[in-house]
Amino acid sequence: MAEPETSSRFLKLLPGPLRRPGTPQNGTGNLIDSAKEAPADLLGWVDERTGGSSQMTAMLFRKVPKGTNWFYTLGSATLFAFIAQALTGVFLAMYYTPSATQAYESIVHLTQDVFLGEFVRGMHLWGASVMVILVFLHMARTFFFGAYKYPRELQWVIGVVLLILTMTMAFTGYLLRFDQRAFWATVVGTNINGTGPLVGPFLSDFLRGGAEFGPTTLPRFYAIHMLLVPGAIIAMIGAHLKLVMTLGTTAPPWLRADEASKARDLRTEKVTTSLNGGSSDAEEVNEV
Amino acid sequence: MPEAASSNGDDAPKLPPAKPAGAFEGETMTRRAVFSIGGQALGGAGIGIVGLSALGFAAGTPLFEQADEIWTAVGPPGKFAVDTYRSTVITLTHGVGEAGKTTAYVRMGSPDLEETQAFIAVSTRCAHLGCPVRFVEAANNFICPCHGGVYGFRGEVIGGPPVRPLDRFQTRVRDGQVEVGPRYSVTGDFDPVRYRDPGEFTGGIWNVLFPPRPSTPPAP
Repeated sequence: MAEPETSSRFLKLLPGPLRRPGTPQNGTGNLIDSAKEAPADLLGWVDERTGGSSQMTAMLFRKVPKGTNWFYTLGSATLFAFIAQALTGVFLAMYYTPSATQAYESIVHLTQDVFLGEFVRGMHLWGASVMVILVFLHMARTFFFGAYKYPRELQWVIGVVLLILTMTMAFTGYLLRFDQRAFWATVVGTNINGTGPLVGPFLSDFLRGGAEFGPTTLPRFYAIHMLLVPGAIIAMIGAHLKLVMTLGTTAPPWLRADEASKARDLRTEKVTTSLNGGSSDAEEVNEV
Repeated sequence: MPEAASSNGDDAPKLPPAKPAGAFEGETMTRRAVFSIGGQALGGAGIGIVGLSALGFAAGTPLFEQADEIWTAVGPPGKFAVDTYRSTVITLTHGVGEAGKTTAYVRMGSPDLEETQAFIAVSTRCAHLGCPVRFVEAANNFICPCHGGVYGFRGEVIGGPPVRPLDRFQTRVRDGQVEVGPRYSVTGDFDPVRYRDPGEFTGGIWNVLFPPRPSTPPAP
């Protein structure tokens, strides 16, 4: 007999629209009863003022096409990789000094002395590669499933912008640890910018903050890495998710091919039926 | 009131129809149009001023301000030979510690190579993408570790991807010391030009396609 009571208590944690309405109370509950109601009341209070639960239900219970499979999780995986990067990045920023003379020492201190510092830095370092790999896998899924086609072209364009922003993050983050590899990789990277005719040389100057790799270069990369590009990525992810909500996802191409051939067969069947006067259509269908 | 009479009487002269609709007599725009155009113009000007200021703040100094010339004394003139290089350490930029220093290879100018300068200082910055080249005495060549660029004794390209000879530094003798100063690039014929970043061609049309930057010191 205790079981339904427990389950109903858990049900009360759900916001109104997700919950089966309970039996009406007479309003003379004691303090413990009202305390039990508190979480549901609080959620209800927020829900009444935001309408959040209807949006939650719209998102969580939306229809997805038949054949949706694990490949469809790559976008969410990329999103969670980004969230992990953002969180670890915030904590790394607490110990990092964006100055050419102190950056390397602050990284060494972070790695060797700070509690769990090596772990958090490792998360950020490996997470960067994971995110880039996931972005490309997600892109490959979209490409090979034909999910970029009408009406999702803009979704693809936003995705490409996100790809460029992710690569910018990887490039600017590389310099920050300021060891030999980071330094020379950045020298080569900024010089590749310079090889573009007419604007290239000025782009390099802009990136470096001057004609030579100088005292403003590292803080510049730091600002781009942790303020400018993340802001743009968050905005673009918002637009990307909005379009997923609006347009939905596509079925895998083999299912769509199935549907298409079925529709084609149906058309053929109709034509043959009308040509043959309707007597032989049973055979036709059986052949198909 | 004549206006009242005209509005009532059939034969009274009528006011011309408002042009545009909703405007008062004599006005060519409605107030709504004036305020919306004026408001948008003000907003646009505000955004433009703030935006241009931000852009100028981010790009102005790096693009148009020239850094101070730095001259580093590298030793007495007798230290350098005509037929081989001696590696010296010079400062390129202040404020970044060791990262602001670089190696420069210095030798005496050679009349056999038709060089008029007393001292030649060759930069170790590869003309391909900026990796540090080293002088290999046995081969008399400069070799880049990154992508296989090879340069001859004067810094001319003899192999690999570099697009122009190695950069050089201006030199002078002060107080009995050879001093190495601002960088300049050279064309394939060793004519000095204002220095370019690695990967940028020099000479002829390339001097226009890769324009000299105001942030760099003028060529000697």
